[in-house]
Amino acid sequence: MNEDKSIPRIPRLAAPKAEQRADRSFSLIRVAAMIRRYLYLLQSGWIRIIELAYWPIMQMILWGFMTEFLLNSSSGILRAGGVLIAAVLLWDVLFRGNIGVAVSFLEEMWSRNLAQLCASPLRTHEWAAALIIISLLRTLIGVLPAALLAIPLYQFSIFEMGFTLLAFFSNLLIFGAAVGLSVSALVLRYGLGAESLAWVGIFLIAPISGIYYPISTLPDWLQFLAYALPSSHVFEGMRIALAESRFDLGHFYNALMLNAVFLAAGFFIFLGTFRIARRQGLLLQIGE
Amino acid sequence: MSSLAVKVSKLSKIYGNTTAVQDVSFEIETGSITALLGGNGAGKTTIISMLLGLLTPTSGTIHLLGEQMPEKRQTITSKMNFGSPYVDLPKRLTVRQNLDVFASLYGLQEPRRRVEQLCEELHLQNIIDRPTGKLSSGQATRVGLAKALINAPCLLLLDEPTASLDPDTADWVREYLKAYRDLTGATIILASHNMTEVERVCENVLMLKSGSMIDHGSPFSLIEKYSRQNLEQVFLEIARSPDGAK
Repeated sequence: MNEDKSIPRIPRLAAPKAEQRADRSFSLIRVAAMIRRYLYLLQSGWIRIIELAYWPIMQMILWGFMTEFLLNSSSGILRAGGVLIAAVLLWDVLFRGNIGVAVSFLEEMWSRNLAQLCASPLRTHEWAAALIIISLLRTLIGVLPAALLAIPLYQFSIFEMGFTLLAFFSNLLIFGAAVGLSVSALVLRYGLGAESLAWVGIFLIAPISGIYYPISTLPDWLQFLAYALPSSHVFEGMRIALAESRFDLGHFYNALMLNAVFLAAGFFIFLGTFRIARRQGLLLQIGE
Repeated sequence: MSSLAVKVSKLSKIYGNTTAVQDVSFEIETGSITALLGGNGAGKTTIISMLLGLLTPTSGTIHLLGEQMPEKRQTITSKMNFGSPYVDLPKRLTVRQNLDVFASLYGLQEPRRRVEQLCEELHLQNIIDRPTGKLSSGQATRVGLAKALINAPCLLLLDEPTASLDPDTADWVREYLKAYRDLTGATIILASHNMTEVERVCENVLMLKSGSMIDHGSPFSLIEKYSRQNLEQVFLEIARSPDGAK
C-alpha cells in the first residue's frame, strides 16, 4: 500500500449536509440517484447499448420480409400493410418493458449490492419507480432503431399511428413493468436460480395476447383469459387502427383499467416480497 | 440525544427450528468502539443485519440513536452506514460513480464535493475513475470504507473491516477508524475474528457464542477476569468451554 503509508488524515469537514429529510416518504433525488446508477451501467460498455437494439432489429427484419410475402397471398387483415411489423415492434415494447425492470434488478443481485441499497435510506417504492423509468429508457433505446429502420426497408412508419401509438406504447410498457416487478420479486424470493424467469416469464402470456392473430382465433375459454390481459386489448386495438384507421376507445380503456390493477399488483408483490426477504434474511443470502 | 447510541433488548432471531440469536441485550455508549466477538455461527452478522434493518427480529427491540428500528428505519439509516467484505459495489461502475450514487441516496447536499473529499482522505484519487471491479482487495476495502463513510455516519457498523488485508493496509484502516471516531464522536461497532485488532481498537467487547451473549467488558477487564495474557486466549477459553463464560 505504497501510497498509504501516512497517518490517516481524517474528516476535516463536519458531517455533510443532507439536502432533505431522510424520512420523506418519496424522494425524487433518491429515484434520480438510482436512475443515474443504471445509466452509468449502460454507458460502461457499448456492447450493452448494441445488445438492447439488436434483437428488436432482427425481429423486425424477419417479420418485415414475412409481411412482404404475405401481402400478396393472405387475408384482409394481413394485407393491411405493417400489421406484423407493428405487432413485432409492440411486442418488443412489452418484452423490453418487462426485461428492463427485471434485468436492472438482477444487476443488483449479480453485483451483491442489494444489502448496500436496502441499508440505505432508499425506499423500496422509490427503487421500483427508478426501475420503471430506466425500463422506459432501455425500451426506447431498443425499439426506436428498429422502428426507424422499418421506414426505409418496408416503407412502414409506425409513427404515423401518432396518438394511437403513444397509447399502445404506454399501456404495453406499464404492463411489462408490472410483470417485471413481479418477476424481480420471484427472483428475490427464490434466489438467482430463478433468474431465467426474467427472460422467459413474459412469454407465458404471449400465446393469449393475440400479438400476430386476433383473439377470436383462440378457443372461447381462452378468450376470456386473454381479455383479462391489457396486452390483448392493445394488440386488438392495433389491428383495428391499422385495418380500419380508427382508434378503438373501448380497448384502450380496458387496457388502461387492467393496467392499473396489474401495476398495483406488481408493486404489492414487489414490496411484499421485500418484507418477506427482511424476515427470512434473503437480502444477505443472494445465491442459487 | 441520549448518551446511548445503541440499546438492544431481548433480541432473538429464529429461522424455523434454528435459533440464530437468542435473548441478546446490550447497550453501547455514544462515541465508543465496540467489538462483537465470536466464532463462526455465533450470531455476529445476524445481529449487525438486524441493527441495519436488513433482517427483522423475531422478538426484542432495537433502539439506535434514540429511535426504534425498524419502525424509524428511514430516519436512522440516514445517520448510519455499514461496510462488509461480503457485499460489493457494482463492479462496472467507477469508484466515483458508485460513491456519487450513494452520496445522492443519502441525500447529501454536495455529493461530488463529498466524494472528492473522501477520496482524498482515503487515498483513492488515482483510482477514482477506475471500474470498481478492477481494484485490488486493499483498494476495494478502502472504497468500501469510503462508501460506509459517505454520509459521515454517527453510527458505523463494520463486518470484519480488515479481512483479507495485508498487515500494513489493515493497520492503516484501524488507525483511520480510531481517528474518525476521535474527530467526529461517532459510535463504531465491528464484528471481527482478529483479537489483536479488537484489543487495539475497541473499548468494549461483546462475547457471543451460539447466538447468545455470554460475556462483555473492556478487553483489559476480560483478560483479567479470565486470568489470561491476551484476548485471543480469552476467546479460545470461551469458545472451547461447554458452558461459555466464567
